[in-house]
Amino acid sequence: MRGAIWACVTAVVLWGAGVAAQESAPADTAVEEQSLWEDLFGPTDWALHGFYEVRAGYRTRKDPYQKDMSLMETRLQVDVDGYTDWADLKFKGDVYGDLVDEEGHFDLREANLFFRPGDAIDVKIGRQILTWGTGDLIFINDLFPKDWQAFFIGRDTEYLKAPSDAAKVSVFSDAVNVDFVYTPQFDSDRHVTGERLSYWDANVQRLAGRDRIVHTDKPDRWFRDDEFAVRVYKNVDNVELAVYGYWGYWKSPAGQSLSGAALFPDLNVYGASARGTVGEGIGNVEFGYYDSDDDPGGDDGRIDNSQLRFLVGYTQELAKDFTAGMQYYVEHMMDYSAYRASLMGGRARDQNRHVVTLRLTQLMMNQNLRLSLFTYYSPSDEDAYIRPNLHYKATDNLALELGANIFFGDEPHTFFAQFQNDTNVYAAVRYTF
Amino acid sequence: MKRLMMAVLSVAVLWTTGLARAAEEPLTDVQQIVEKANVVAYYQGDDGKAIVEMKITDKDGQVRERRFVILRKDQADGGDQKYFVYFQRPADVRRMTYMVHKHAAIDKDDDRWLYLPSLDLIKRIAAGDKRTSFVGSHFLYEDVSGRSLAEDTHELVDTTEQHYVVKNTPKKPDTVEFSYFTVAIDRKTFVPMKMEFYDKNGTLYRVIESKKVEKIQDFYTVTESVVRDLKSGGKTEMKFTDVQYNLGLDDDLFSERYLRRPPREAMR
Repeated sequence: MRGAIWACVTAVVLWGAGVAAQESAPADTAVEEQSLWEDLFGPTDWALHGFYEVRAGYRTRKDPYQKDMSLMETRLQVDVDGYTDWADLKFKGDVYGDLVDEEGHFDLREANLFFRPGDAIDVKIGRQILTWGTGDLIFINDLFPKDWQAFFIGRDTEYLKAPSDAAKVSVFSDAVNVDFVYTPQFDSDRHVTGERLSYWDANVQRLAGRDRIVHTDKPDRWFRDDEFAVRVYKNVDNVELAVYGYWGYWKSPAGQSLSGAALFPDLNVYGASARGTVGEGIGNVEFGYYDSDDDPGGDDGRIDNSQLRFLVGYTQELAKDFTAGMQYYVEHMMDYSAYRASLMGGRARDQNRHVVTLRLTQLMMNQNLRLSLFTYYSPSDEDAYIRPNLHYKATDNLALELGANIFFGDEPHTFFAQFQNDTNVYAAVRYTF
Repeated sequence: MKRLMMAVLSVAVLWTTGLARAAEEPLTDVQQIVEKANVVAYYQGDDGKAIVEMKITDKDGQVRERRFVILRKDQADGGDQKYFVYFQRPADVRRMTYMVHKHAAIDKDDDRWLYLPSLDLIKRIAAGDKRTSFVGSHFLYEDVSGRSLAEDTHELVDTTEQHYVVKNTPKKPDTVEFSYFTVAIDRKTFVPMKMEFYDKNGTLYRVIESKKVEKIQDFYTVTESVVRDLKSGGKTEMKFTDVQYNLGLDDDLFSERYLRRPPREAMR
C-alpha cells in the first residue's frame, strides 16, 4: 500500500510541476501553446478506456483446505492516458469484488509518468509493469514481480505480471542500449500462500491450504531493502542480444527463519540471452546464474541454494494461423552435496529440474476464435501443468473465454504436482470500452 | 442535318486523335509496368504516415472495425522497408504495436515484433504464411506489405485506353491459394486499380478495388479501397486519412525503444 501511495504522490507532484510550469508561462506563449496543443493532440488528448469483466471458476477436485469455488469476481478496469507536450501520464486500476474471499479490492496496476528528457534517454517513474527476457511463461532474467496466484486460478494472463513501484531509465546509443530499473522497496511476487491455492508444506510433509497460511518476513525498508536490475542490449542484424544483472532478493519465499516465517533471502542474478530467426521460425536461448547470497556454500538447510538456469526455445508457424512453440528449461542446483547434507528431513529435490513446454495456438473464424494450449511438463519431477484456453471475440467489444488450469504428478511435493487439488476450470465474459 | 453529321464526325475524329495522344506510346515492357506500379503502391516517397481505418463485414453482415496508425520507411524503392503499426481500435488491442522489417529478397523472411503493453512484453512473431489475414480482415498480410514481384511471372494481356492489364502467375503455385491474378494498372498514374484473383478451378473468387485515388504531395495515393471475398460474401473496406510523405522519419524509430513507447507521430 505504501508503494501505491508513493507512486501516486510522485505522479501528482510531477504532474503539478508540469501544470505550474505551464501556468507560469507568459500569456502570449500560453495562447500559442494552447493552439499548438490543439494542433498536436486534438480531442484525443485524454483517453479513458477499460473493461468490465465477470469471471468464475470451480475446482474439479475436492480440496479439504479450500472452497470449491476457485474464482468468482466482477472486475472494472479503468485505464486513463494523458499526453502533455513533455510527458505521458498513465493510470490503470482495477476494482473488483471477490466472492471467494468475500471482499472488495482495489489493485492499482499502473500510475506512472513517462518522458524523454534527452534524445537518447527515456524515463518512466511510478507504478509500472516491467518485462524483459526471452522465455515464454518461463522467466530467468526477468526478476520483476509475478502474480502466480492470479496465473494459477485462471485470471487473464495480463495479471501474471504484478506491478513494480520503480524508476526505469533507458539510455540508447549506437554501441549498446542500457535499461536501469531501481525499485526502492522490494516488490515480491504475489506467491502462493495457501489462502487461494493449496501447496506442499515441507514442515508438515503434506498438502496444506487455508489451514496453514504462509507467514512471511519480507524485507520492506525503503531504500535499504531495494532492488536494482540492469539490462544491456543490442540488436545485431535482428539478432537480439542482451546481458542482465539483478541485485535484490528471491522473489518468492526461498528460505525459512527459525520461527518458521517464509523468507526472501538475498539474491543476485547474472545472465544473458539471444533471440533471432532460426530457419523458418524464431529461436531463443537464455541463461542466468542465481547467486543465493545468504547461502554461499549451499550448506544452510533453511535457504535455497544457488542455481544455474538455462532455457532454449523455438517457435514456428506450422500452418496458416497455427503456431507451435517448444522450450526446454533446466534449473541446476550448484551445491547439491551440501544441500543433501544440510537437508533437515523431508524429501530431497533433484539436482536438476528439467521442464519442457509446448504452446499450440490456432486462430479460426477470421482470427476471432483463438484456441490455445500451453503445457509445462517436467520429466524429472514427473509432473505437469496444462493450460487450455478458448477465447472468442463475439464483437469488437465483447469477448468470451473458457479455460482450465490442470495440475498433476506422481509425487505431491514436486513443483506442479503440489497444486493438483487446485485444478480448476473457469469462464469469463469481458466487455471492453 | 448534314452539318450536324459533320459536327459529330469532327468531334469523333478529334476525340479519337485526343485519345491517340493520351495513349501515346503505351509501355510494352511488362517488367517496367509492374515495377512502376509496385513503387506507386508501396514505396511512395522515402517514408510515409497514414491513419488507416478498416471496416470488416463478415458473411453474416456483422461489422468489426480496426483503426491504426501506420509509419513506413523505405531503404530503397522496391527494396527493404520498415513498418510500424500502432493500434487505436478496437479497445482490446489499443496501444499494441506491431513492427516489421520487411525484406524484399525472396528467400529472406520478414522480421516481425508485437508489443503487448499490458504485459510490457515484446513478442517476436515467427515469419508466417504471408497469405494470412491481416488483423482479421479480408486483406492479407501480403496485400498490405506487398507481394514480391519475383514471386510471379508477369504477362501484359491487354492495354486498354485506361489500363494495362497484367496477368501474374505464381512461380510456386503450391504456396498460394490462387492459380493467377490480374491487375489493372492505371496507364497515367500507375496505380493498381483492380486486382482479380482466380482459384485453382479458374473461378474469380477475390477482388481488390481502388475506390478513391488522391494526389497527395505529388504522390498518387489510394485512399479508399475494398476487398471482396466472392465465395463467402464478406468484404473489408479500407480508408486512409491524414496521409503524409517524406516526414524525414529516422531509421532508429523502427527499434525496440519505440516499439515499447511509440513516437508521438505514431500515436496521433
